[in-house]
Amino acid sequence: MRHKLRTILTVVGIAIAILAFGMIRTVIAMWYSGVEASSPNRLITRNAVSLIFPLPVSYRNAIVVVPGVTEVTYAQWFGGIYIDEKHSQFPQMAVDAATWFKVVPENRISETELAAFLRERNAAVVGIQLARRFGWKIGDVVRMRSMIFPGDWDFVIRGIYTGAKKTTDETLFFFQWRYLDEQLRRLESWRAGNVGWYAVKIADPDRAASISEAIDRRFKNSLAETRTETEQAFVQGFISMSDTILVALRIVSIVIIGVILAVLSNTMAMTARERLSEYALLKTLGFGARHLVLLIAGESLLIALIGGAAGILLIGPTVDGFAVVMTSTVGAMFPVVGVSAATRTVSLLMALGVGLAAAIFPSWRAATLKIVTGLRRIG
Amino acid sequence: MSDSLIEITGVYKSYRRDSLAIPVLENISLTVGAGDFLALMGPSGSGKTTLLNLIAGIDRPDRGTIRIGGIEIGSLSESDLARWRSRHIGFIFQLYNLIPVLTAVENVELPLLLTPLSKRERREHAELALNVVGLSDRMRHYPRQLSGGQEQRVGIARAIATDPTLLVADEPTGDLDKASATEILDLLGRLNTDFSKTIVMVTHDPRAAEQARTVRHLDKGILV
Repeated sequence: MRHKLRTILTVVGIAIAILAFGMIRTVIAMWYSGVEASSPNRLITRNAVSLIFPLPVSYRNAIVVVPGVTEVTYAQWFGGIYIDEKHSQFPQMAVDAATWFKVVPENRISETELAAFLRERNAAVVGIQLARRFGWKIGDVVRMRSMIFPGDWDFVIRGIYTGAKKTTDETLFFFQWRYLDEQLRRLESWRAGNVGWYAVKIADPDRAASISEAIDRRFKNSLAETRTETEQAFVQGFISMSDTILVALRIVSIVIIGVILAVLSNTMAMTARERLSEYALLKTLGFGARHLVLLIAGESLLIALIGGAAGILLIGPTVDGFAVVMTSTVGAMFPVVGVSAATRTVSLLMALGVGLAAAIFPSWRAATLKIVTGLRRIG
Repeated sequence: MSDSLIEITGVYKSYRRDSLAIPVLENISLTVGAGDFLALMGPSGSGKTTLLNLIAGIDRPDRGTIRIGGIEIGSLSESDLARWRSRHIGFIFQLYNLIPVLTAVENVELPLLLTPLSKRERREHAELALNVVGLSDRMRHYPRQLSGGQEQRVGIARAIATDPTLLVADEPTGDLDKASATEILDLLGRLNTDFSKTIVMVTHDPRAAEQARTVRHLDKGILV
């Protein structure tokens, strides 16, 4: 610690860089959380032209009899506004209450609450994170308008579901599709009888491709041809729209590592230059190149490790704070927030890698230093 | 004094400056007996430090042989030469060359790290060496807390800590005032007479040369 300020600033720089690296990786991971949460034995059937075009609800009966299909449910995007648009950044869907939780079992709900949901036309089931965000309880009435459907809509919360996995989205709002359909028959009858997409449960994930083809073949040349794919591919399709941003983020994260490598390399190079006479002294005393390399690499690794550890410790609180800020400003963009063990591990490895790489040139210089040249530097 | 400890035969050394080869030592032959105290004198640029460096094994001659204690050090590999230095050479520098972040005793312990001694034994050896040079009350001081003369004593303690075969000193009093220089020279004299240490010292100070038993002069790379 001969140059305390320089060392402290280097450690802080590494901490900030590792924090930024970890945060970017976490944001990318949160973006892909939907893909990870996808079930391998679930297919999505939607209108072949575009997801925004509906499918007849009658298709269910045809899909459920396709060999390999065990259950079918459906949903319709609602596009609701709760209080105002800022508060409405959470998904709302009209679903087939009788089958939804069978096809999507990772949305866990008690039998009592499910029965209550089935009983009432305007019942709603919400995710626990959503309920916490707005302070909703069982029995609360939630009023919404929709950007897609006419009128005001009152829902009564009858169930709060939790996610079976860490990657399960707990910010969804479900209500009964038949409530939506009844209202549409009254207000815009020409739009009634339709759903947004089907979720199809299959017995054997290895047969996903053939079952998808069978479903689509069933509706070929109809007014609403279908496109069926695995849930993972369906979600991936949304993410691919943001591919450019995600690639750019990945590049930025690598650039950040490059920057701290330059910072630490500069620090180590300056340190080595200042200590050339000491390295010459150590060689005079009989210490070999190996000793000097270990000395320099050890110091570089220690600085990188301290900075890296500090950065890694800060990733979690920073991500949590980021999620709170995002939710309060633009809404809950990422339903699943958390720093994975893989991100922490990669961040640590990056810090160690930087520590080692930054030591290469000064170690080489010390190892190849001629003693008389180094001693001359002291005068 | 007894048999020859150092035998230098036909040594040449030059340095390269860009494409130019500058001769520094020419056809140097010299013997130094065990227990001798040799002062190498000469004007600046005469090659005396270069010759000292060759004897200490921190540089290699272009031609010729250097045998110390029967070992032809020019034939040793870099790692073997480093090992040889750690066992046989105690180097005393003009500017002390202490590690500023280590205390006096830790500086003296440095060469002992290369020995198989335990931590406790290393500390005992270091404290003994500091005792010999009269600095046992300054063991935990850092170099910045010592005077020039005291720093040089620490340098000498470090040089003798491993009980080397040979002490080499490059202008050991060059950066000291008269009083401190006298103390250091007296100390070196005692190491030679009381402890039978073989010493080769480079100096341009006639008073320093008076302490030595043998004085040789170098002029333009040639022993006169």
